[in-house]
Amino acid sequence: MEAAAGGLCGSGPPLLLSEGEQQCYSELFARCAGASGGGPGPGPPEAARAAPGAATAAAGPVADLFRASQLPAETLHQITELCGAKRVGYFGPTQFYVALKLIAAAQSGLPVRIESIKCELPLPRFMMSKTDAEIRFGNTAELHGTKVQIPYLITEKNTFKRIDDEDKQQETQSPSMSPLASPPSSPPHYQRVPLSHGYSKLRSSTEQMHSAPYEARQPLVQPEGPSTGGPGAKPPRHQASLIRSFSVERELQDNSTSYPDEPWRITEEQREYYVNQFRSLQPDPSSFISGSVAKNFFTKSKLSIPELSYIWELSDADCDGALTLPEFCAAFHLIVARKNGYPLPEGLPPTLQPEYLQAAFPKPKWECALFDSYSESIPANQQPRDLNRMEKLSIKDMADFPVPTQDVTGDDKQALKSATDEALPKDMSEDSATPKDSNSLKARPRSRSYSSTSIEEAMKRGEDPPTPPPRPQKTHSRASSLDLNKVFQPSVPASKSGLLPPPPALPPRPCPSQSEQASEAEVHPQLNRAPSQAAESSPTKKEIPYSQPPSKPIRRKFRPENQATENQEPSTTVGGPASVATVKPHPAVQKQSSKQKKAIQTAIRKNKEANAVLARLNSELQQQLKEVHQERIALENQLEQLRPVTVL
Amino acid sequence: MAVCVAVIAKENYPLYIRSIPTENELKFHYMVHTSLDVVDEKISAMGKALVDQRELYLGLLYPTEDYKVYGYVTNSKVKFVMVVDSSNTALRDNEIRSMFRKLHNSYTDVMCNPFYNPGDRIQSRAFDGMVTSMMIQVC
Repeated sequence: MEAAAGGLCGSGPPLLLSEGEQQCYSELFARCAGASGGGPGPGPPEAARAAPGAATAAAGPVADLFRASQLPAETLHQITELCGAKRVGYFGPTQFYVALKLIAAAQSGLPVRIESIKCELPLPRFMMSKTDAEIRFGNTAELHGTKVQIPYLITEKNTFKRIDDEDKQQETQSPSMSPLASPPSSPPHYQRVPLSHGYSKLRSSTEQMHSAPYEARQPLVQPEGPSTGGPGAKPPRHQASLIRSFSVERELQDNSTSYPDEPWRITEEQREYYVNQFRSLQPDPSSFISGSVAKNFFTKSKLSIPELSYIWELSDADCDGALTLPEFCAAFHLIVARKNGYPLPEGLPPTLQPEYLQAAFPKPKWECALFDSYSESIPANQQPRDLNRMEKLSIKDMADFPVPTQDVTGDDKQALKSATDEALPKDMSEDSATPKDSNSLKARPRSRSYSSTSIEEAMKRGEDPPTPPPRPQKTHSRASSLDLNKVFQPSVPASKSGLLPPPPALPPRPCPSQSEQASEAEVHPQLNRAPSQAAESSPTKKEIPYSQPPSKPIRRKFRPENQATENQEPSTTVGGPASVATVKPHPAVQKQSSKQKKAIQTAIRKNKEANAVLARLNSELQQQLKEVHQERIALENQLEQLRPVTVL
Repeated sequence: MAVCVAVIAKENYPLYIRSIPTENELKFHYMVHTSLDVVDEKISAMGKALVDQRELYLGLLYPTEDYKVYGYVTNSKVKFVMVVDSSNTALRDNEIRSMFRKLHNSYTDVMCNPFYNPGDRIQSRAFDGMVTSMMIQVC
């Protein structure tokens, strides 16, 4: 490198670098160049993109590095100009070294001039974390020693990885690399840690805050004590994340068994992270992410579009424009690898094939710790939560369909659900409650509702249900309009046309009610006849004065109830023939489980309430109609009286 | 089997054009360009009826002494043009059709990629590979 530096130095004054400087600069350059996808030497093909021929350092990491030197911006501009990068357009080795030397000069207080670099200068200091960076720079030899323990099986990446590990062991602010949750490139954060050594990832405080939730989200892996002990005091968060990254990287390499392609093997922690990210985009892990959603997500990784396009091509095995969970993990992993400088493979590696991924990680583990950390980072998204609630409901009890369809805004649903269904209320209230508590809790119900294991329910029940009312209303309205669409298809158009917020329109009710005829017929005897009769009587009274056809839907609804109660004069006459039919299903009905009965009871109660409300409304409207009629009659009379006068 | 494969967009600009590396690739480009007229002619002739009745495979567009040009148009007016060596007499219509079908399938796969904007040049490696497989058989 020295020779190269001297040789390339034709344009500027000769660079005199001491041993330590030489070492340090070359490492920095390697990292800067490495992050850009190139290598210090004959790097991977993608390096050619950075600049033809010689290795170059990308502007991004170099800029970060310079900023880490904590020099004012103008100084950095001057340095950049002086070193010749602006002239040639890229940071070649010469330019880079000159720039570093100038930084050292500036930090020593010397004016930024070419002549300054001729002097003996200390190493440039780059503040990357709270630790003493000088120690880090000075201890390159020490670090070389400590990192060697990691086995490397990919020979061509050896030097690359060695530097990586070296960096990893040094705590940098690379942990502050923001996750994908926030715009800057996050997915490779823990693997980028190695590359960022020397990079002044002096992100803004906001980014650090973003990274904080991200790191909290990262599952804590077994702490790799000695190597990551690192110099100096570091924020525990960074330490933890670095530990994680280190262990991840190590596991990434240690996991190679039959496949020689370690970088393409997904570790457990990575897998968890990918799955969490997947869930943040698409709550149902067995479903898939649409292309546009995935595009937006992966674009945040700041890779170029052609690369992302190629990664998509590799990972979307069935070419359907959507990513299932294994496909998503593969794509994510490829992006991570790419960001770390690995060239993209020609074909999808065997360890990233969807079948392999599905076999290797059949069931994601839902752990409390995961949720706690995960919840912090996920942006509040009530919609998936409600969807999960809906899914839970559908899973639990098919007969619950009429219930949610009727209570669009959810107040009644909430009340009824909590009142009737034993399994659901706690979950519901917890689901609704926890989001109200804090952001962290918000994600829990959502994540938990993904699987309906007993552990999940036990965990949910363990929570204290705070007061639910306002929150569910807000979410239910959205849920009902959007999520119910997915779950309860027929009810949607009807629900939207409801007159009053709580009860939906009439049309859907006959259908579910008719389907429940058999069950209701048996259930009804168990119910209180009185309220049902009262509910029925008032609406039926209204029915009588009006023409038969409009009331038919209502009557049909009441028919099963009437049959059970057998006391409605007009209805039973119509329902007479139907009652015979319903008697037959009785024996079959008796075999229904009690759970279904309860659900049906709930449904019936809800229906009755809705009916009562509608009946009241009906009566009021009829009243208004009468008044309007009378007014009209009065006006017509007046007109009659006036007319003869005018005509004559 | 194919000497040159081209994918032309609806607006008649090339999305993808590739020919076997000969000394005079420009000649193929010209042929593809001129074939567009023939394609349009065929489309308009057939297109008077419902679009459904229009067949995607256009068949032989025009023969020259050395080459034959075949055409295929999709429902979104994206045209595939293939130039085939005339000396390769073993090629039958069915084979050409199957090649176009493969092209079409690969094209839809490219479309499925959310990072691909319709109208961009096709840079998919899978597509490249498929076209190469079609052209390599020329030997």
